[in-house]
Amino acid sequence: MRTRGALSASGASVLLLALLVLVPIVVLLAAWQQEQWATWQHLLDTVLWRLVGNTLFLMVGVTAGVLLLGVSLAWCVATLEFPGRRWLQWALLLPMAMPAYVLAFVMVDLLDYAGPVQTFLRQWLPALDFSARHPLWVVITLSLVLYPYVYMLARLAFEAQGRAVLEQARILGDTASSAFFRVALPMARPGIAAGLALALMETLADFGAVSIFNFDTFTTAIYKSWYGLFNLQAAAQLASLLLLFVVVALWLERRGRSRARYSEIGGRQTLRSRPRLAWGVTLFAFAVLFLAFLLPVSRLLYWVIDNGLMQVDARFLNLIWRTFLLGTMAAVLVLTLAGWLAWVKRHQPSPSVSVAVRLATLGYALPGSVLAVGIMISFSAVEGWLADLGLGIVLVSTLAALLLAYVVRFMAVGFGPVENALQQVRPSLVEAARTLGASSAEVGRRVYVPMMLPGLLTALLLVGIDVMKEMPATLLLRPFGWDTLAVRIYELTAEGEWQRAAAPALTLVLLGLIPVMVLTRRRAERLNSPRN
Amino acid sequence: MRAVAFLAAAAVMLTGLWACSEPAAEEELVVYTSRNDHLIKPVFDAYTESTGVKIRYITDNAAALTARLQAEGERSPADMLITVDAGNLWNAADKDLLQPLESPVLAANVPAELTDPENRWFGLTVRARTLVYSTDRVDPAALSSYEALAEPEWKGRLCLRTSKKVYNQSLVATMIQRLGEEKTEEIVRGWVANLATDVFSNDTALMEAIVAGQCDVGIVNTYYFGRMKQDNPQLPLSLFWANQQSSGVHVNISGAGITRHAPHPQKARDLLEWMSQPQAQKLLADRNMEYPVNAAVEPAEEVASWGEFTSDDLNVSVAGALQVDAVKLMDRAGYR
Repeated sequence: MRTRGALSASGASVLLLALLVLVPIVVLLAAWQQEQWATWQHLLDTVLWRLVGNTLFLMVGVTAGVLLLGVSLAWCVATLEFPGRRWLQWALLLPMAMPAYVLAFVMVDLLDYAGPVQTFLRQWLPALDFSARHPLWVVITLSLVLYPYVYMLARLAFEAQGRAVLEQARILGDTASSAFFRVALPMARPGIAAGLALALMETLADFGAVSIFNFDTFTTAIYKSWYGLFNLQAAAQLASLLLLFVVVALWLERRGRSRARYSEIGGRQTLRSRPRLAWGVTLFAFAVLFLAFLLPVSRLLYWVIDNGLMQVDARFLNLIWRTFLLGTMAAVLVLTLAGWLAWVKRHQPSPSVSVAVRLATLGYALPGSVLAVGIMISFSAVEGWLADLGLGIVLVSTLAALLLAYVVRFMAVGFGPVENALQQVRPSLVEAARTLGASSAEVGRRVYVPMMLPGLLTALLLVGIDVMKEMPATLLLRPFGWDTLAVRIYELTAEGEWQRAAAPALTLVLLGLIPVMVLTRRRAERLNSPRN
Repeated sequence: MRAVAFLAAAAVMLTGLWACSEPAAEEELVVYTSRNDHLIKPVFDAYTESTGVKIRYITDNAAALTARLQAEGERSPADMLITVDAGNLWNAADKDLLQPLESPVLAANVPAELTDPENRWFGLTVRARTLVYSTDRVDPAALSSYEALAEPEWKGRLCLRTSKKVYNQSLVATMIQRLGEEKTEEIVRGWVANLATDVFSNDTALMEAIVAGQCDVGIVNTYYFGRMKQDNPQLPLSLFWANQQSSGVHVNISGAGITRHAPHPQKARDLLEWMSQPQAQKLLADRNMEYPVNAAVEPAEEVASWGEFTSDDLNVSVAGALQVDAVKLMDRAGYR
């Protein structure tokens, strides 16, 4: 039996955890103490409104893009039968392993005036001249790498609905399309909203991809203030405004989720209908996969071969190992903490706990390097206090600092799936197990673990992939010797040597494939197992 | 229960991690560098080989490293900061992160205009930012200066890289120093009006656009040109030394300074002086097709083949002092 005292202790621990995540953000907010009016005035007079407009355009565009691709593909895979469905259903997750900045570079390289596509087409259309750095291409590129978030979560939702619900809607007189819009889509809304929120936060924080397109967003203003105007304070002020966007996005997501609690009805049936244009569906899915994954990977491969094959020496292997190690450690850590947050939120629901949980997931939309500076400054301050007390402990550029950065940044990615997984375990189920005399250890082993495993695994792999792709925080906070593939990509691209960066980029994509493969294999096993 | 086990596991893991991220050993030099691994490692390796002194280094961009030095303050493990672009060095010195160094060796090897007037940082290599043109479509006699690219005859024929790149900020900063704000803004507006297409995010893409015929002339750093020509010597592309009748070609540096709170100032000084001498100068410059700062050292054959030029003799610290003005000016002029 739990006592009230123990409960509030766990509540306090959640608060503490939220505070830990909040410290670097608070450090950023502290930048408002010094007014930077001159910089603000300049930005307001010249570029700021255009940048805000561009950012809104990008948000709307990416929302449309990821919903269009993610939901339609999820729907097709979940409810239709078409040639190649078995392998496309997991292959469509592959673009997740593709860093946005890599796809952006490949896109510009292929499609710009001097690139192979236009050069080839000009043989017949000499007047052809379009820019691959048009805003629309930015939207397309980001949508292509970010749709898997929506696809994955929406597909889970559609598959969980089962056929029964839709068939009942049809019996009650709905057409196929109205059944989709009136029944299936609203029921899948929590999953779709969660995926969309992740995609939008990634979009807000992105700097690499947009700067390759030279598309100026709000993030551009942040970096312009910092790098160009040497004003880190103003940059931090601007960055903290991004948090407002996040708060709104999260609020919308929670609203979408809290209306009702959906749990699956009846068993999961894999009965799928075969549409008349089955091959059309295959073609569509393949086209998306081709553009988002196969094309960029073959381009990278071409460069790697063109440069005289990869030099796989001990240093390169070390990069791979460090990348993998960081991804794994950070994923386990985030998962542990997210699990704890979700657990306390479920068992001791109170306003302060839910606020704390929400705060703990704020870091995802901050540009990584700004967040990293916040973490560095706070660690440095703590180090200074400890030094004053006579304790010479190094904090900055330790693995601990780097892992904290990952926790702050990727908590949102891990928390969503973990919370959803926990919600799958209905309280009645636990009570039933208890009534039947199961000990708490047994309930854990036989109820929680099997039911939550898919969700936990999803969280683990999502965070792992994100950490391996992460660049700016890793650059700033890594301990000596902890270079990763993303670090090497940065170094080469900073000198404009994109072609030489193809080797680490391709390796990073391949490394990211391992978690994606594990994820899809697990799901396939689960769907084929008799338990369902 | 499970949660407690989770937390215990996490605690064990963190403690383990703490133990394995050891700080730098006492006798090692620590360098923060935005000069990246593949360019700087051979230099450090050569130094370690000849002196036995080990060097630990961390790479990142200059702004992040500067912020890190600032946050670490007197507890910083760093002995030296190496970055590209004089503006970044100026900024680090301006924030009091570098210490002055009176060194006869450096004074002899590094020209005064490539050294901080207060001796807090020193140039290591020189890169020129000049005009590049299509040999198919442009008669070099029509070219003269950066300023002349604002003339109407270049309408729809000019390609530029983004104004967010520090190399362009430094170029415009020196123009402000030479010509004044008003005149410079007029020229930058002229450039923007002459653009053939959106600005590019790197110099290589810009030159590819010239080769493909999207535009005829642009402004690039010499080593990007060198790299392209090395891969494909037949490219119809050539450098033109700008402003030879007036201010000279705009040059920038990669350079280094000893940090304010360097734990090993003497060792750092030894390294910095060594880097200004012939062996290191060759390693530093040739690998990236730049010019050595040390006049006694010949540039690589390929680099020398681009010809001699007169460079701007303004002290490169101007690029830092006027960078903020330059950025603002370009924003006003609509140069993205």
